Amino acid sequence: MKLPPFDYRAPTSLQEALALLADHPGDARLLAGGQSLIPILAFRLAQPALLIDLRHVPSLNHIDINDSATTLGAMVRWCEIEKSEPLPQAQPLLYDACLHIAHFQIRNRGTVGGSLAHADPAAELPGVAVCCEARIRLSSGQEIAAAEFFTGALQTTLAPEEMILAVVFPAWPAARKWGFAEFARRPGDLAIAGIALFYDLDMAGRARDAHIAVIGATNLPMRLSSAEARLNGADLNEAALAAVAQAAADSADPPADIHASIAYRKSLVATLVRRALVQAMSR
Amino acid sequence: MQIAFTINGAPTAAEAQPRVTLADFLREKLKLTGTHVGCSHGVCGACTVIVDGAAIRSCLTLAVQADGCHVTTVEGLSPSGDLSPLQAAFRKHHALQCGFCTPGMLMTLHALLTDEPYADEARIREVLGGNLCRCTGYIPIVAAACEARIAYQGAKVQP
Ligand SMILES: Cc1cc2nc3c(=O)[nH]c(=O)nc-3n(C[C@H](O)[C@H](O)[C@H](O)COP(=O)(O)OP(=O)(O)OC[C@H]3O[C@@H](n4cnc5c(N)ncnc54)[C@H](O)[C@@H]3O)c2cc1C
Ligand code: FES
Ligand code: FES
Repeated sequence: MKLPPFDYRAPTSLQEALALLADHPGDARLLAGGQSLIPILAFRLAQPALLIDLRHVPSLNHIDINDSATTLGAMVRWCEIEKSEPLPQAQPLLYDACLHIAHFQIRNRGTVGGSLAHADPAAELPGVAVCCEARIRLSSGQEIAAAEFFTGALQTTLAPEEMILAVVFPAWPAARKWGFAEFARRPGDLAIAGIALFYDLDMAGRARDAHIAVIGATNLPMRLSSAEARLNGADLNEAALAAVAQAAADSADPPADIHASIAYRKSLVATLVRRALVQAMSR
Repeated sequence: MQIAFTINGAPTAAEAQPRVTLADFLREKLKLTGTHVGCSHGVCGACTVIVDGAAIRSCLTLAVQADGCHVTTVEGLSPSGDLSPLQAAFRKHHALQCGFCTPGMLMTLHALLTDEPYADEARIREVLGGNLCRCTGYIPIVAAACEARIAYQGAKVQP
């Protein structure tokens, strides 16, 4: 498999990169880590005339944490997230989910912006972004809620001349309960299904403000509102666990593919919701 | 496009078409055929090389992206030509049969143990999850990696 021919530029400023994108409407692709784009080119699923490599564009690779939010620049790589010291405390769910992404060598190159733009329905970051109501900051100056950004498998609202600059996660209360569980055949493979969830506790020790998002088992990352409704106000006992897991499996609308059937994925969703809830309760 | 980088310690300049992957460039232009290409789309790990200290898949990297970088391939593991401690451990434990996956295994483990010389067996197994071997069943590869750790520990203290 050889890549189709294209031109290559490595601009050294954001303005230059955006100008190159604007000069080649619909015909240029940004190159971040290349860990999804190069396979796409190898399979000839895209044949852009120009690749614009972002590796020399400064200021896209910062992790900023303050009292109101955590911001990951578009060129932050998985290995940098893994090595971040403050992130596990500032955003435990995000941090834990990112540890499941891809293999060692791919983690050294794959990026936040590339994952969001690629929008694989089984990818972890889009799933946690939807779960946590993160916002995606675009070069147009707009900030869009993750839940509105993803529109289908490998589909987003991103315009051809637009670039992702960062993703912004709202601050995380220290007492929040959370869990992340996924199933893949090998560690680092894309998940057959995965669940990210969190909730807070009310005065009576019942769950409130539940957020439950699924990856892999649907054609885009999404929250499962009927399962969330089951969890809100519930006493966290065995019966509640079973009801939430069942509601999640009922509302997921999984695809069948070579990896798993519809029935298998639904049953996996129930199991993973249960595992993630057990994690949450033990925290 | 003209690119310049360091390959196994030697500064090198060459012409590279943008569409050529680093794996193909190393093999075809520089005749460094130690780097193997199994799948060409990032799933097997045979093509692993080290760029600026980090293990990467050279089939998912363009040669032009290596411009200005330090690249190490399996040919650079042992400048003296003797077996490096990791290679010697592979030989001792029969960690290779056909040898197709071996360059990728060696470069992955070399990068890991350089950074994390105290990596435990679970960490080694997790990292090797990105490298396929159709012959050995992995157990001798893990054993070789565990034995080679001591050679990387040197002055680094256990965290
Ligand atoms: C074997 C294998 C296993 C993997 N397993 C997983 C996994 O388990 N979980 C997971 O989440 N991912 C997985 N991945 C994908 C990996 O995480 C990719 O790194 C990631 O999805 C894309 O990031 P990238 O930086 O490599 O993007 P690239 O491949 O460079 O780009 C991907 C797309 O995003 C566009 N793009 C890049 N940056 C921007 C930007 N700033 N603004 C707008 N558009 C942009 C590109 O034009 C391209 O269309 C795997 C990949 C492989 C090869
Ligand atoms: S040849 Fe690069 S990962 Fe298989
Ligand atoms: S030794 Fe044959 S593939 Fe690993």
